[in-house]
Amino acid sequence: MATDVETAVAGAFREEWGQVVATLIRMTGDWDLAEECAQDAFALALRTWHRDGIPARPGAWLTTAARNRAIDRIRRETVGAGKLREAAQMLLPDPDPDDSGDSGVRDDRLRLIFTCCHPALAVEAQVALALRTLTGLSTAEIARAFLVPEPTMSQRLVRVKRKIRNAGIPYRVPPTHLLPERTTAVLGVLYLLFNEGYSASAGPDLLRPDLAAEAIRLARVLARLMPDEPEALGLLALMLLQHARRDTRVGPDGTLVPLDEQDRGRWDAGEITEGTTTLETALRRRRPGPYQIQAAIAACHATAARPADTDWPQIAGLYDELHKHTPTPVVELNRAVAVGMAAGPAAGLALTDRLAADGVLTGYHLLPATRADFLRRLGRHAEAADAYRDALALAGTAAERSYLTRRLAGLGTTDPGENSSAEVSVPADPVRRIDDRTKTEGRT
Amino acid sequence: MRYLLMICGDETAAEHQHDGCGGWSEEMQRRGVILDGAGLRPPGDATTIRVRGGEVLLSDGPFAETKEQIGGYCLIECADLDEAIDIAARHPAAGYGTIEVRPVLTPDHP
Repeated sequence: MATDVETAVAGAFREEWGQVVATLIRMTGDWDLAEECAQDAFALALRTWHRDGIPARPGAWLTTAARNRAIDRIRRETVGAGKLREAAQMLLPDPDPDDSGDSGVRDDRLRLIFTCCHPALAVEAQVALALRTLTGLSTAEIARAFLVPEPTMSQRLVRVKRKIRNAGIPYRVPPTHLLPERTTAVLGVLYLLFNEGYSASAGPDLLRPDLAAEAIRLARVLARLMPDEPEALGLLALMLLQHARRDTRVGPDGTLVPLDEQDRGRWDAGEITEGTTTLETALRRRRPGPYQIQAAIAACHATAARPADTDWPQIAGLYDELHKHTPTPVVELNRAVAVGMAAGPAAGLALTDRLAADGVLTGYHLLPATRADFLRRLGRHAEAADAYRDALALAGTAAERSYLTRRLAGLGTTDPGENSSAEVSVPADPVRRIDDRTKTEGRT
Repeated sequence: MRYLLMICGDETAAEHQHDGCGGWSEEMQRRGVILDGAGLRPPGDATTIRVRGGEVLLSDGPFAETKEQIGGYCLIECADLDEAIDIAARHPAAGYGTIEVRPVLTPDHP
């Protein structure tokens, strides 16, 4: 059984690990040393809090312990005068780190988040490093989460830290002229991490860390650290509203359950409330952006008591707005679904036909799948069957294939009157997967 | 005439990175034929920059297009990678070609 001290240390680990590591990196400039000293500080807490009691401010205690450890190690491991000076510097009171052209944001974790998500680093390395340094997941846990062998993940972490050091990537919140683009990059990495957890279908693995929950934790920290950035709040809201549905997305047989068939009683009411409240706070800033708009769309779904209550005209309008910010064909396809629900399948079909003629979504299974649903609802069953087969040939995961097979088999056997209103599967949100890394490029 | 010697090797060449040049540099300096030169950190520490449609695009590592050949070089000294990216992105070649930014080996950062 865990003692009070063990519980306190475990709690402090979740709450304070990122802060301790972030501060130690700033003080020492050495990522490995920072992690090792943070680990030592937590080990010391386990040994001494029994005797001395749990400190009032565990985070400050741990940071001081880690700093003392770093000073010891630098002293012991070097004889050079320069290193001794470095250790002496750390003995001085915490210097104000904000004379280095930072945007005036003072939290070390924010420096760490921005440095981990620097666009000169490979995306899969960014997420691995953010998890290791900010959430404290072990290398083994991160490897498990990304389904790669532990030595591969270990190598990836060694390499990314080496690149930060050798390429001269600065440890800071970017200066004002770079901040908007870099913030977009950070939000993108966190959402990527969330989607990796949200959409992974790698079989039951009870020890696999919940990446979506970790992404929400990081988004929460970021939203708190950047209170003037409504998109950070928007991202947090979007994650919460999607996460609220996590238990109902896949059936017991592994089949994908479309939105209108999900058991809404099992959606997480607490997360929906927090998500909508967070979104309202963001929207009050009157600076809408793609994450706030996607969160608003998710809120429309999450707050409809029954599928029939869904405000499809509102959703279609929101996709229109989203398209202005993110003019991609996947957003256009989502808009077509909403229009098909708001104004009828013929209107939706016209939009998907235009997308098909453009050819930009060739090879994307949700285009024929969406067309098939419209054709089915229009009673054009032969054309619908062809489109379902096209979609099946392109679908990636077993869950998607089994859903489409079920739809194809059901053609003509169900009463169209009963099912005509709400059976279009809502295509996935326009997300980038970490697997797509060969195609991803960072933007400064 | 001026010539650029482009010193190439595969990954195994990294183990020779601190071997020195066996007196070659000293001899060439004595002859006065060396204008400038340096060793580079490995490709893993590189960042590649392109500017397309006004947007600065970065990739981790060298740009793996075998069709592309080195067409020139500039040695710059600046504060950090962000400044190096800014400098590279302003070069006109970033708009049609690619610019690989590779840190130079220096004695104080081994």
